Amino acid sequence: MIGIEHYLAVSSILFVLGVLGIFLNRKNVIVILMSIELILLAVNLNLVAFSAFLHDLTGQIFAMFVLTVAAGEAAIGLAILVIYFRRRGTIAVDDVNRMKG
Amino acid sequence: MIQEIAFYLFAGLMLVAGALVILSRNPVHSVLWLIVAFFNAAGLMVLVGAEFIAMLLVIVYVGAVAVLFLFVVMMLDIDFAELRAGFVRNFPLGLALAAVLFVELFVGLVVRSAGGLTLGTPDGSAAPSLGTTNTEAIGALLYTRYIFLFEAAGIILLVAMIGAIVLTHRQRPDSRGQNVSRQVARRPQDATRNVKPEVGKGVQL
Repeated sequence: MIGIEHYLAVSSILFVLGVLGIFLNRKNVIVILMSIELILLAVNLNLVAFSAFLHDLTGQIFAMFVLTVAAGEAAIGLAILVIYFRRRGTIAVDDVNRMKG
Repeated sequence: MIQEIAFYLFAGLMLVAGALVILSRNPVHSVLWLIVAFFNAAGLMVLVGAEFIAMLLVIVYVGAVAVLFLFVVMMLDIDFAELRAGFVRNFPLGLALAAVLFVELFVGLVVRSAGGLTLGTPDGSAAPSLGTTNTEAIGALLYTRYIFLFEAAGIILLVAMIGAIVLTHRQRPDSRGQNVSRQVARRPQDATRNVKPEVGKGVQL
């Protein structure tokens, strides 16, 4: 019988994979954005699993809002990436210090 | 039995695809593995009866976000081998941090299943009513109790859309666009000349 623990284990592994992806591909901002998508997918899986096993639909509705924010974040992130590439001709982000922040 | 087989199939494929997203050399392959991971996550969600979110995942992520990623990866002319420098150097630290995070999450999971924490029980006000499908139940909840959050989500999408357009739009000085006000303001007497040439002389242009 598949219980909620199985779902939580799978989504925690996926979350950790996303975090690892951010660390491994420190320069490649496209893969960093994809890793963020993986993290948000793990969170969504968690929300949906809890929602299904507790018989409460709020989790699924919040998964929908997470999906919305993830789509907006991907669009804005890729737009920033495109203008950054247009200026610099590269997307290596480990030396982004133009604004000296 | 069939449920276990389906769960382990989807979960295994999703984790393998997720690992390949962060490990593959070519970002195009990464995007394609990301699509595989999203499909299998949608399968996992169908398995617990959340069909609407699963279909949303397939449509929004695979149909829009992954294609956007693919589009940007293929549009930019990037030397990806250069970006992979430091991959091996960052590996031990990343792996250590990931291990710590995973152990923490797993401890939370074990404590929860041992009854160490009480999460509270849902009051049943958002429970799906009997005899309705998942989509109907979500719609009934979304358009009543969460209507303002739903509209806020719409505003977030609008802001994201306008922001992306404003960021990537550029005015090119050398492009010759249509100037409508100049066209409308042009009068016949500015544009034409009425001459009466002598015979055999022709006109001065």
